[in-house]
Amino acid sequence: MMWLLDSLLAGLLLSLMSGPLGSFIVWRRMAYFGDTLAHSALLGITLGFLFDIQLNLAIVLCAVFVALILASLQKQHIIPSDTLLGLMAHTTLAAGLVTLSLVDNVRIDINSYLFGDLLAVDRQDLITMAIGASVVLAVLSKMWRGLLAASVSEELAQVEGYPVARLRLLFMVMLAVVIAGAMKLVGVLLITALLIIPAAAARPFSKSPAQMAGLATVISMLAVAMGLGFSYQFDTPAGPSIVLTSALFFVLSQSAYQMADR
Amino acid sequence: MANPLLKLRNVGFVRQGRTILKDVNLDIHAGEIITLIGPNGAGKSTLLKLALGLIKASSGTRTSTNKLRIGYMPQHISLPETLPLSVTHFLKLAKGFDARDLSHVANRLNITRLLDNPMQKLSGGELQRVLLARALLSNPQLLVLDEPVQGLDVSGQSELYHLIADLKDELNCGVLMVSHDLHLVMAATDKVVCLNGHICCEGHPQTIQQDPSYLELFGQSMPAHLAPYTHHHDHTHGEHCDHSHDEHDHSHGEKKS
Repeated sequence: MMWLLDSLLAGLLLSLMSGPLGSFIVWRRMAYFGDTLAHSALLGITLGFLFDIQLNLAIVLCAVFVALILASLQKQHIIPSDTLLGLMAHTTLAAGLVTLSLVDNVRIDINSYLFGDLLAVDRQDLITMAIGASVVLAVLSKMWRGLLAASVSEELAQVEGYPVARLRLLFMVMLAVVIAGAMKLVGVLLITALLIIPAAAARPFSKSPAQMAGLATVISMLAVAMGLGFSYQFDTPAGPSIVLTSALFFVLSQSAYQMADR
Repeated sequence: MANPLLKLRNVGFVRQGRTILKDVNLDIHAGEIITLIGPNGAGKSTLLKLALGLIKASSGTRTSTNKLRIGYMPQHISLPETLPLSVTHFLKLAKGFDARDLSHVANRLNITRLLDNPMQKLSGGELQRVLLARALLSNPQLLVLDEPVQGLDVSGQSELYHLIADLKDELNCGVLMVSHDLHLVMAATDKVVCLNGHICCEGHPQTIQQDPSYLELFGQSMPAHLAPYTHHHDHTHGEHCDHSHDEHDHSHGEKKS
């Protein structure tokens, strides 16, 4: 049972980050951007194995690198943004899968990286995650106003003197940290869902941005706890179970809102 | 005259091999209203962004007074439905926000009753006032307004222009604005800059009407267009404004068709 507790704690720590950051992703209409970064995580793992870098660090570095490439390509307007994001997401995923199978001395279960694994979280991960979550929360609370101002209008924020470019980079790094943390538990393919579904479920009951971020965190925590319990009980994959639970919360929140509206 | 707040010298802008602006010189002083006019694609928005420092000029220089505080009122902002943001929350995001200023500015712009409304539920005119309030909250030395009266009816337009002129006097700030709508602007403006990739002509609204390049840019129907301008000027004191506005709109429509 101890390992279940570890996974649960990891999931709750993850929710502390994914609640607010997921809200920002929804506000900034960056769901596909987040998805693209998440898809690059597998490539990060391979590179970590190849160059013997700590895996979480490798994922963060790889995601930030992909984010920077995306930003510079988007600026050049060579192809439309959605095409570019789809292209990058699947190219990095494919590159991750191919290189992973080429590396001989690594025997890993790709499935668990794609869809998450209840058993994958160990003590070391938990400590890393706790550090990551504290840093992300500290940065978020310090930069909250600027990040929000830039989400509302980057131009306005820049004219007023907010360090918009720096905030954008900071946001990408924090996103990369969440992706690295979420990878083992929910898997590459479902990380975005964990970010955006709780935020979307929180929206109808929120009167302010801070309230929405807080509510999203709570919903995410409930979804993690219930999803993990379900996964343990019925031997279903961890990631999909968590995501389905949060989707259930979304449906409930929407119906409750529609009923109240009448 | 004192040093300009903002000075553009020989500024040019090239995007993907296409020259959007070239050789633009512009000085903006405190207490001065400058209005940019020009046809679609003349580079008005680009020039505004250069002045704001949002984009970098391909050539030429932009110099401003030290730590110039700019209040910017964009043409529009599009907020996602997913962001629960009241007008108060939005205004509080102004950099260097001071709670004491909020009630003052809200009163001045007559938006106090809107403060608790969600941003997404505002009408076009209400949003414009809120955006102007946000610009004022940064206690600006220079106000930059991108088509501030766009989408307002004629009486709303002249009301907002009067407000801007009053605010300029109160704050003694410089004002740079873009307008597609020449005649209403002119009443308060000190200098009209006529833009079409470069500055075709500039000057006081009364003198610029006679400028050949101005007439060329806005076509031969301009004299008909100019008549209402005098009207609007009168209108600041007169009572018959509604009637004259109708007349004007009519002629405007005819010109286009």
